[in-house]
Amino acid sequence: MIVISARSRVELFDRPNFIIHSFFEENYTNIIYDSTFRGYMFNSVIVATCNALLVTILALLATYALSRWRLTGADNIFFWTITNRMAPPAVFLLPLFLMFTKWFKIGDWTLFDTRTGLILLYCVFNLPFSIWVLQGMIDGIPVELDEAAMVDGAGTGMILRRIIIPLAAPGLAITAILSWIFAWNEYLFAATLTSVHARTITTGLAEFVTVTGTNWGEMAAVATLTLIPSLAFISFVQRYIVMGLTFGAVKE
Amino acid sequence: MRQNRTGWIFLSPSLIILFIVGMLPFFYIMYVGFFDWNVFSVSRGLHYSGLDNYRRLVFDKDFLKSLELTIKFAAYAILFQLLIGYFLANMLAIDFPGKSIFRIIHTIPLMIAPLAVGATWRLLTIPGLGPVPFYLDRWLGFDYRISANADQAFWTTVIMDVWHWTPFVTLTMLAGLVSLPQEPMEQALVDGANRLQVFWYVKLPLLRPVILSTVFIRLMDALRTVDEVWMLTGGGPGAATRYTGLHIWRIVFPKTDYGYGAATSLLTLYFTIVLSWLLYTAIGQQRRGGAS
Repeated sequence: MIVISARSRVELFDRPNFIIHSFFEENYTNIIYDSTFRGYMFNSVIVATCNALLVTILALLATYALSRWRLTGADNIFFWTITNRMAPPAVFLLPLFLMFTKWFKIGDWTLFDTRTGLILLYCVFNLPFSIWVLQGMIDGIPVELDEAAMVDGAGTGMILRRIIIPLAAPGLAITAILSWIFAWNEYLFAATLTSVHARTITTGLAEFVTVTGTNWGEMAAVATLTLIPSLAFISFVQRYIVMGLTFGAVKE
Repeated sequence: MRQNRTGWIFLSPSLIILFIVGMLPFFYIMYVGFFDWNVFSVSRGLHYSGLDNYRRLVFDKDFLKSLELTIKFAAYAILFQLLIGYFLANMLAIDFPGKSIFRIIHTIPLMIAPLAVGATWRLLTIPGLGPVPFYLDRWLGFDYRISANADQAFWTTVIMDVWHWTPFVTLTMLAGLVSLPQEPMEQALVDGANRLQVFWYVKLPLLRPVILSTVFIRLMDALRTVDEVWMLTGGGPGAATRYTGLHIWRIVFPKTDYGYGAATSLLTLYFTIVLSWLLYTAIGQQRRGGAS
């Protein structure tokens, strides 16, 4: 992909090989100086970041509740959350589209083509995943710690702040980052539920496949650019991933 | 335990959001599944047809074929991911020079947007232009045409999925391997078991919960793959790579047979849920069985 991004259009189809002869910057400069693309990039950053934060906070509260309180049907709720992720996306576009344009209409304001809409929508597949990952982390924290703190007079908020959050930090980091990446990479919903203002970078990616042919060079350049933040994150949290991704299947 | 009310308050924001963006569309789909709503009835709107959509579905060869293909695709992809992932995880568990760099590099495929994965693979495999067919022909004399040969297209999608998701499996496997207790293995070696026996009777059972959870997550996602395959093959040639997700997409969008699409996706969803539930209970038993 990086190789493709460094080629001009003529060079690209000339002869298949994997060597970069000269770096063809135009693919990159064309995009970076394009204000539409900067807008897409900005939207993507906002949507992915807000979604990751929202999902992490909600998932933390939810898993804490599921793990520490004996709620009726907790096991079923846990499984139900994950079923939300299984739906084939194509057919859900219509109800979501209706929901975004008609059902939640307040005056002239709708969820359609807003960043808020996308942020909420991405919870459908990010929240179950995060709950699934965090559950194991929170279950792994001994209840005795909570109880000791309670005996010392700490409230629930205090326990959460002082005990749960620090101890579950690796899990929180990994859920936030994976949510961020999933939200950043999502295409289908972003393409359908936005038109001008809230377009994200992946939908921009698809715009290169045009009727007059695909602009492979620029497309690869965008793809390479979108990779950078994810890569930066992943090298940052590499050591937490191993701890976080066990889904509670591994006992301490 | 503690007062239940606080627990529910903590849980409710997640449940409310999931209900709005997950369940409301789901109910709507259930409702639409009972209607005949297609391109011919746009002006008339919805037309109640009872269970007709579902009756059609049972005899729909295209759907059954796509389901069969999807299961085949998911099974092969997950099998290879587990094998390669286990191998790589073992590599990463021991020290070798450049390990930390490799750890970062091997996760790159995971970070690329599915759409970009599809696009890259498509460019690599365009017949006559991409480097893959070019070198296969030149070095091995192998005639590789993704757009003409159904088997090759199928295996290309499997390989692409393996390439994309093996890092994920490697990470979970690594997590499992790192947290394995060493004593049972040493014990077995002392008792005179060979390496293969240790692997089969000691290591594998210990890793089972990790393997099951990994399969769970992967199965769920493999059964609903759309973006990558759509970009790579568009479901073709013919219907060789038209997996259920793509099949539904084709019913809904080019054909606008909406009621039927709703019925199809509901059935697919139930199918996925049942499969996952079986796996989930298996994991649950493992966890409870291991704890006691």
